[in-house]
Amino acid sequence: MATNLTSEPVNRRQFLRASAIVGGGVLLASYLEPVSGAAALAERAGAAGSADDFVPNAWIRIAPSGVVTIVAQDPEIGQGVKTMLPMLIADELDVDWKDVRIEQAPLDTTKYKNQFAGGSTATPNHYLPMRRVGAAGRAMLVAAAAHSWGVPESECETRSGVVYHRASNRSAKYGELGERASAVPAPDLEKVPLKDPSQFRIIGTRVPGVDTHAIVTGTPMYGIDVVVPGMQYAVFEKCPVFAGKAVSANLDEIKKQPGVRQAFVVDGGTQLAGLLGGVAIVADSWWYAKNARTKLKVTWNEGPTAEQSSVGFAARAAELSKQPAQRTLRKDGDVDGALSSAGAKVLRAEYFYPFISHAPMEPQNCTASYRDGKLEIWAPSQTPASGRQLVARTLGIKEEDITIHLTRTGGGFGRRLNNDYMVEAAWIAKEAAVPVKLLWTREDDMRHDFYRPAGFHYFTGAVDPSGALVALRDHFVSFGEGERFAPSAGITANEFPARFIQNCEIAASVMPLGVPTGALRAPQSNGLAFAFQSFLDELAHAAGRDQVQFRLDLLANAPLPDPAPPAGQPAPPPGFVFDPQRMRGVLELVAEKSGWGMERLPRGTGRGVAFYFSHRGYFAEVVQATVSRAGAVKVDKVWAAGDIGSQIINPLNAESQAQGAVLDGLAEALGQEITIDRGRTVQSNFHDFKLLRLTQAPPIEVHFKISNNPPTGLGEPALPPAPPALCNAIFAATGKRIRTLPISKNDLSWS
Amino acid sequence: MSITFKLNGKSTTVDAPPEMPLLWVLRDLLDLKGTKFGCGMAQCGACTVHVKGVATRSCVTPIAAVKGSEVTTIEGLSVDGTHPLQRAWQEVDVPQCGYCQAGQLMSAAALLKKTPHPTDADIDTAMNGNLCRCATYLRIREAIHRAAAMTPAPATQAGRAHAGTSKR
Repeated sequence: MATNLTSEPVNRRQFLRASAIVGGGVLLASYLEPVSGAAALAERAGAAGSADDFVPNAWIRIAPSGVVTIVAQDPEIGQGVKTMLPMLIADELDVDWKDVRIEQAPLDTTKYKNQFAGGSTATPNHYLPMRRVGAAGRAMLVAAAAHSWGVPESECETRSGVVYHRASNRSAKYGELGERASAVPAPDLEKVPLKDPSQFRIIGTRVPGVDTHAIVTGTPMYGIDVVVPGMQYAVFEKCPVFAGKAVSANLDEIKKQPGVRQAFVVDGGTQLAGLLGGVAIVADSWWYAKNARTKLKVTWNEGPTAEQSSVGFAARAAELSKQPAQRTLRKDGDVDGALSSAGAKVLRAEYFYPFISHAPMEPQNCTASYRDGKLEIWAPSQTPASGRQLVARTLGIKEEDITIHLTRTGGGFGRRLNNDYMVEAAWIAKEAAVPVKLLWTREDDMRHDFYRPAGFHYFTGAVDPSGALVALRDHFVSFGEGERFAPSAGITANEFPARFIQNCEIAASVMPLGVPTGALRAPQSNGLAFAFQSFLDELAHAAGRDQVQFRLDLLANAPLPDPAPPAGQPAPPPGFVFDPQRMRGVLELVAEKSGWGMERLPRGTGRGVAFYFSHRGYFAEVVQATVSRAGAVKVDKVWAAGDIGSQIINPLNAESQAQGAVLDGLAEALGQEITIDRGRTVQSNFHDFKLLRLTQAPPIEVHFKISNNPPTGLGEPALPPAPPALCNAIFAATGKRIRTLPISKNDLSWS
Repeated sequence: MSITFKLNGKSTTVDAPPEMPLLWVLRDLLDLKGTKFGCGMAQCGACTVHVKGVATRSCVTPIAAVKGSEVTTIEGLSVDGTHPLQRAWQEVDVPQCGYCQAGQLMSAAALLKKTPHPTDADIDTAMNGNLCRCATYLRIREAIHRAAAMTPAPATQAGRAHAGTSKR
């Protein structure tokens, strides 16, 4: 889980301030400052009287016409955050959604907290803070109206952007209150009263995406659409082996190609997430640059990763599986004793999932302009702040001299948590001394990803004669070095069913890896869920138990206490600790909605179930699939039940996100695999790395269980149960167990 | 080489190498950014435009091949975003990231021009070449049916649509 994304580096307090706009209207601005003690607060108090002491952030602008402009702070990658965050503000501000216009904020760490997209964190990070901004704005406008009328604030109310004092039959539009509001002291955002959820008028309603009209009319919005005056176009050929270096290239010949302006070698470093070596070609059009690239001849120093391959990893994993694990993450009870106890039915199984690519539809790109020591960047990035740090460090430019504009992003899925394309564009623009739009080909994108790491699980488990799970051991062979797992290649000591059975071992061994890995939607969970929920299915089957009841019983066991966090690490924040009651709730709901156990299915058709807890969300899913005699798999239908807390902020988008995540999981399971050969990625485009197509998308019912818990995010948690639920359905249909993904590599024919 | 064709109803002349793909002529020479680059090898459909009314992958269509032809892009699908598909796409709220949707809309528009009331099977055939990485397929299907319903169905078409739908 990408927990590093959830913590702010500096603890800062946020303030809101009202002021009048010249020519009418009101501006509600916020700013952040470090809470480094009383001195900072005193300084702020002294400065609050002078509007020149801070740059107002136009978070909310209310025009005399009643039009309310709200800034959306986070990168929009298709998760709907550009619509959701303003919904939270607008509801508490008490304005009508039809009067709201949205603007995308640039990166600004002096004004916004947590300005990134990743880890399903936007809802938990912003649900209260954004509402507080709206509520504080409303409180200041009410105070301004009450003071001007000489009535108590408590006698005033608001509706649709108007303050009313019913007793005296007076009203004032928000946009008229700028002058007055600027004299109102800012309320403490932490203490401002919020609406009771029963009073919500926007939160909880079905709100279409704010950019949908622009999307369906082809309006330029994405990184790839950016145009800067005088801009030229770049391609960048990196060594096909990760972190290899360009020794020499036929640059003179390349420079003679039509439209080419410049060609040069970029040395780069060895950090996989930084600037890597290659050859840049800058031309009058991207097509010219790409054409010239076909003539490019480079001598590479491929480096040590050229010795790595998928075949080699598999062979090494098999060797490691026969040796004692390098380290034990958890050891409860006596696994070996339970395995050899009388009447125990013992199962051993090897599970494998491959590397996979993010493959967002918009290939990586970035536009950069370097002038007089300053950089301006237009980037489709999920993490603009860390991108700026990377660029600053690599180019030796101060962060304050780098401006980053956030563009709409044609898909993230975790790929754009890394900013390799940003630092490439910045480097090339500086060296070329012209504004440059760098655009990768699809092949570049697929061959230079931060892949979902492959994983090997060597399981042993046992059920007793009563049909209960009594022991489980996983020797997880992954990638990394020493005690450190490669990015997104880890496992925790709490992987379910750990804590819920008495005899359990989770152990790991790692192999060195020169291939970049990173977070792909529901990182770690997207592989672990397949392995663990499939093996649980095997154990339940061996026990002769109903799959849902077997899981409900496991969840009803009294859990062993959560181990204390390692020395020096904080305890996980609330919501990160698995709550078995919530999982039982969604499992029961999905069983009910799918009519689990009631179905009569023909041969070749089966149902599977799986659940998973990730990114603070609880999901259980049932998949029905049909396997033809020839072995072709068709998913007939999916039922998904989720618990993400007390409030579904935008049900229209929530349903779409959950359906998309389920389909994403099905696509990964059905046919996606990246293989490595001699340090290179074999696959290159959509002909050999298969995305789901329309005819493969089954109907999906999504049901939410509303629980009395803080609302949490939805980008990720619906994904992990989908692959194992599908594989378990295939077993129910055919008796063939999928232990190796993708499913397309398995012979599923039956007679 | 100077090439003239009709683009979104207007005669347009560009100076481009004859083998330059229509996609890059549109995006980088004519600054029409609505048509998107996804794969460069006609695998994803993000670059779909109409050439003489037929859905065409502009990433593999040399500009010379459209000389004298009528080309329609997402910018020309309607003058004001009110094509039935554009309305339906908004009502259903189809997009997530939105990047592939211009291509989806152009493929769907070519389908409706030929088959105003498509069955699910018609939609499968016409739309299976358009990838959506966010997998908004369920809403794409729903929106095409909704757009079709905005045009009253002649009796024969209605019977056909009904028969096809019930098969699923």
